[in-house]
Amino acid sequence: MVNLAKRHTTVSVERATLRLAGLSGADHERVPWVNHLVDRVRQDVGLEHGVALPVWDALRRGDAPDLTTLAQKAAGGAVTFRLPEGKDATAAGKAARTAISRGVRTIDRQRATRDKLIARHGDPKQKPWIYLIVATGDIYEDIPQAQAAAREGADIIAVIRSTGQSLLDFVPEGATREGYAGTYATQENFRLMRAALDETSKELGRYVRLTNYASGLCMPEIATLAGLERLDMMLNDSMYGILFRDINPIRTFVDQRFSRQIHARAGIIINTGEDNYLTTADAVEAAHTVTVSQLLNEYFAKEAGLADWQLGLGHAFEIDPTVPDSFRLELAHALLARTLFPDAPLKWMPPTKHMTGDIFRGYLLDGFFNLVGAMTGQGILLVGMMTEAVVTPWLSDRDLALQNVRYVLDAAGGLTEDFHPPREGLIQTRARQVLREAIDLLQEIVDDAEETGDPALLAAIADGTFGAMKRPPTKGKGLDGVARKAPGYLNPATDLLSEGSDR
Amino acid sequence: MNPPPRTEAQETRNKSRQHVGQRRMEDALPGELSLHEESPLVRPYGDTTGDGMVQISFTLPVPHDKRAEGAALQLAAKMGMSPAILVHAKSIAPSFTFFVVYGAVTHLVDLREVEVVERDFDVLSARDTNALIRKRLRRKLVVVGACIGTDAHTVGIDAILNIKGFAGEKGLEYYREMAVHNLGAQVPIPELVNAAHDLRADAVLVSQVVTQKDAHIHNTTAMSAAFREAFPAGKVPLLIVGGPRFEEGSAKELGVDRIFGRGTTPGEVASYLVHAMIERPKGKSA
Repeated sequence: MVNLAKRHTTVSVERATLRLAGLSGADHERVPWVNHLVDRVRQDVGLEHGVALPVWDALRRGDAPDLTTLAQKAAGGAVTFRLPEGKDATAAGKAARTAISRGVRTIDRQRATRDKLIARHGDPKQKPWIYLIVATGDIYEDIPQAQAAAREGADIIAVIRSTGQSLLDFVPEGATREGYAGTYATQENFRLMRAALDETSKELGRYVRLTNYASGLCMPEIATLAGLERLDMMLNDSMYGILFRDINPIRTFVDQRFSRQIHARAGIIINTGEDNYLTTADAVEAAHTVTVSQLLNEYFAKEAGLADWQLGLGHAFEIDPTVPDSFRLELAHALLARTLFPDAPLKWMPPTKHMTGDIFRGYLLDGFFNLVGAMTGQGILLVGMMTEAVVTPWLSDRDLALQNVRYVLDAAGGLTEDFHPPREGLIQTRARQVLREAIDLLQEIVDDAEETGDPALLAAIADGTFGAMKRPPTKGKGLDGVARKAPGYLNPATDLLSEGSDR
Repeated sequence: MNPPPRTEAQETRNKSRQHVGQRRMEDALPGELSLHEESPLVRPYGDTTGDGMVQISFTLPVPHDKRAEGAALQLAAKMGMSPAILVHAKSIAPSFTFFVVYGAVTHLVDLREVEVVERDFDVLSARDTNALIRKRLRRKLVVVGACIGTDAHTVGIDAILNIKGFAGEKGLEYYREMAVHNLGAQVPIPELVNAAHDLRADAVLVSQVVTQKDAHIHNTTAMSAAFREAFPAGKVPLLIVGGPRFEEGSAKELGVDRIFGRGTTPGEVASYLVHAMIERPKGKSA
């Protein structure tokens, strides 16, 4: 799978590379210049050599004084790209590396700034860190809400993206005030929110982290913007886009690898999306698919250079509360994840599927969710809202939810110390069963490979092993943006990231 | 920041009890709510028939002080709560206060004036549904389902279509005499129209969960308009939308044949399809 990812590039990887070199902005129809430039290069010489050589060759030949002008001229059809050879290629490659390394160094600087601010303001005093969502659609409405949430006790602010952004094959530009059920991820929105939270961090004496989503068709670009603007966590799952958004599997694995290399470099903690398996399938029956997905996410993350402390592997409290022993089963699943990944800051996600609109019952359910989080030492706790499935959270909903979390953490936060379920009890027995089912599923995936010749995982995804959705590698959105690399493919960004160098 | 004075709250509560007691005697007038016979006029029930007790909670954008508490009681009074008891007030941000208010409402509800969309078809078993389709339609009933627009919440459509189903009932995919095509999430409307056309859909099921800025209304009207434009009159497939926030009586307004709300089961949808397609074929009004 990794080899497959290494053998291909995508339009979004190439656009991310141009963004590292400093190309931003969009035309009057809000089509980003990176899209224009990559499309024109692709038209003239194809994508398989990467855009770096043709683009910096054109700059060297004096077609334009800078990247933005080049993109503008290219959009108007005033530039023809060629694939440089020999000395021209060497020189273009060098110039590209110089330009792109500036972006990489910006990411390095932002990481150092984060470290400095954490040293100055400090990390949250308690574990798990409290993660709250903001989603108004309007960045200027989000900012005061995020600041208020931080003052009320949130350690991490996640700005939910507008529904549908994952299927856009471009990153919108500028500060945005229109979004459905969320706010667009744009570089300017990232910058505005981070600046506001820096102010609040100073006021509170606690570094407040900012989260967004590196998923969908523009995963590499959004990861890059996150690195450049010092976001602290990104949702980034290895298979979510394939299974739940019907994005082409190869596109996803290529994009994912690049985005994770960026996250590794930027010191960003990724959050994976295992909760989705449980909202679409039965949380007891599908428990082992969560474990399998966590193991896969861990593998792909480490391969891309992420360290254990950067792996916010996901899981969720989604068992039907009318199932007997549902709380004990939740404890078993949460404890299994905790034990399998002792050094990862697991992300624990609240009930959504069984939140019925009965807010009073929902408040109790969230309390039990918080209790599992406290008893099993989760790293990141996404605060559950009693108004889940009713309205987007009100100010008062958030306050009540935080009171719930605080009460449980204060009252039972130390329970991890005392909580050692006996080996033959229901909790441990159940955990062992889920682990065994997970291993069986992995074995099934490996055995599957021999028939098709495709990588085992690709074959498994194709025949519906995960989430019962069949996603063959020849189908799905974004496939036309994938190209197999030709000999001589050059991308200084991936070189700099793989080598760990900054020049 | 102070909790409401305990004694004051207690006092108000006592007053309320007396008040309710008095009013209940007044209520025994002819035509008014009576405690001893079933009446079409009802009041909310706290712990005594006719006490009219309700609870509400809300936030006012003012700092917590005596004035804020007065404002909360004023709002409660304007909402018809008399007397209102402020049981909880808490500052939740520098200039916001959260309130919980209990009290008796002065309003009566007249059950005779309530309009309900009664189900106008019988709910059939999967077996009867299949048999009816086989006997009367003599081909498979083609169903196309999708979440349209930017909505990515497939929970609803999946509950109705997937074999797994919902509330212990198997989904439409389980029905042998139905050919079900679930197009999934975020399907653009033109794509849905084309798919319905190519698959010769008898019915199109659309689920809409996201309601921010009335997205569900806009998407639904856009969808029904697109279908009316693409199909000749009388040939438009049955258009059915489902979601937790639709008003059940608004089908005509939205240009669809039927709206299903929260808690709808696959069996109900299947029965409706049979009812609409076979027992009362669509062409009738065209």
